[in-house]
Amino acid sequence: MPGPTRGFLGRRARDPRLPPGQYDVGRDWPVLTAEPTPRIAPETWSITVDGMVEDPTTWTWDEAHRLPPSEYRGDIHCVTTWSKFDTQFAGVSVDTLLEAARPTAEAHFVMATSKTGYTTNLPLEHVTGGKAWVVWEFDGKPLPIEHGGPVRLLVPHLYFWKSAKWVSKLSLLARDQPGFWEQNGYHDLGDPWRQQRYQGD
Amino acid sequence: MTDGLGAGRPDAPRGGWRTATVSRVRRPLQRSVELRLDVLDRIDHMAGQHYVVRLTAEDGYTAQRSYSIASAPSDPLVELFIERLDDGEVSTYLADVVEPGDELEVRGPIGGWFVWDGETPALLVAGGYGVVPFVAMIRHARELGRLDLLRVAVSSRTLAELPYAEDLMDAGALVVLTREPHGIRPAGRLTATDLLPLWEPGQTGYVCGSASFAEAASQLLVGMGFPPPQVRVERFGPSGGPA
Repeated sequence: MPGPTRGFLGRRARDPRLPPGQYDVGRDWPVLTAEPTPRIAPETWSITVDGMVEDPTTWTWDEAHRLPPSEYRGDIHCVTTWSKFDTQFAGVSVDTLLEAARPTAEAHFVMATSKTGYTTNLPLEHVTGGKAWVVWEFDGKPLPIEHGGPVRLLVPHLYFWKSAKWVSKLSLLARDQPGFWEQNGYHDLGDPWRQQRYQGD
Repeated sequence: MTDGLGAGRPDAPRGGWRTATVSRVRRPLQRSVELRLDVLDRIDHMAGQHYVVRLTAEDGYTAQRSYSIASAPSDPLVELFIERLDDGEVSTYLADVVEPGDELEVRGPIGGWFVWDGETPALLVAGGYGVVPFVAMIRHARELGRLDLLRVAVSSRTLAELPYAEDLMDAGALVVLTREPHGIRPAGRLTATDLLPLWEPGQTGYVCGSASFAEAASQLLVGMGFPPPQVRVERFGPSGGPA
């Protein structure tokens, strides 16, 4: 470990909810996307679970809203070093979708794909057991389009690029393969508490 | 919309943590700082990539931010141009405290998406400090003798607040000012009418700026007929890169 930086005091108080290298962004919610924001009407949106599953299944907007509701209350962390505390998202648990599609014994990874073609890869055990959601509400209101509305993936225990905006498909895979940012230098898992920002961390 | 994002450049160079010695500090504009860094065991970057700067306090507390590279890959030093944000714990340190001879911990180059290969036509659209990665592209293109591949449009509040204004205008950039007239163009936001003369077949669009600027400019390009996967966007609020 290198020594301290000359004259740097680190003026911010440390909140134990902040993973290392993160800061509290407060009420802001920065928008960071690699692509133009798509315009997606809820009527044309659907979510599909396919790949290594017994029953590939697609839910329309209305069908997804008839599934048992689930919500997340807590913090989110972006690899660009901001964290946002006490967020509230609502939608459906990924567990509910997987229960219907039934992953096969060989399925160990998930590739999430957005309407834009954006992809991100996740180990299956990181989206099961109440750790991941498909959400359409933020703080009780429809999810804004710039934040992934009408529907985004939410995997809040990992850096937020894993929470694919405008998600439309979850494909179960036997082997891991890199998604968009993962091909472009970012980490395959992205655990903020272990600072897994880039490949090799 | 489902034809997929391009793969970017998975082969883009990437480097781990390095020690950089500050070789020059300039403040050509108010509320900003230009740093020239001598990076030990440096890996050459592609134009458009960025570095992370990490500061460590005596008690071990660290803070890090990403900054686009302004220098060409051939430059023996790495040049960063950093906006000083009043509540930015890293940018205030870099702008107010850093002196030549200081050592900084840096990591880079990083990023395989917002990069230009030096070979393909590109339309570059920047707002404010979003010009920085485009300065690297322009400098690289100039060395290659391929400035013809780049069309550049930049928007700023005033000319005095535009980083690298001379380099940009030398490269033929269209300069749009929102708070004062520029030449015969009255003050006003960037429009499709501004961008249309810069359009050429086969261009990749690159948009860099604040979240609101990037959103508006990328929608202008899509409205002009750019397929969305051909538009690469780098938004910065606190910083750039993925969410």
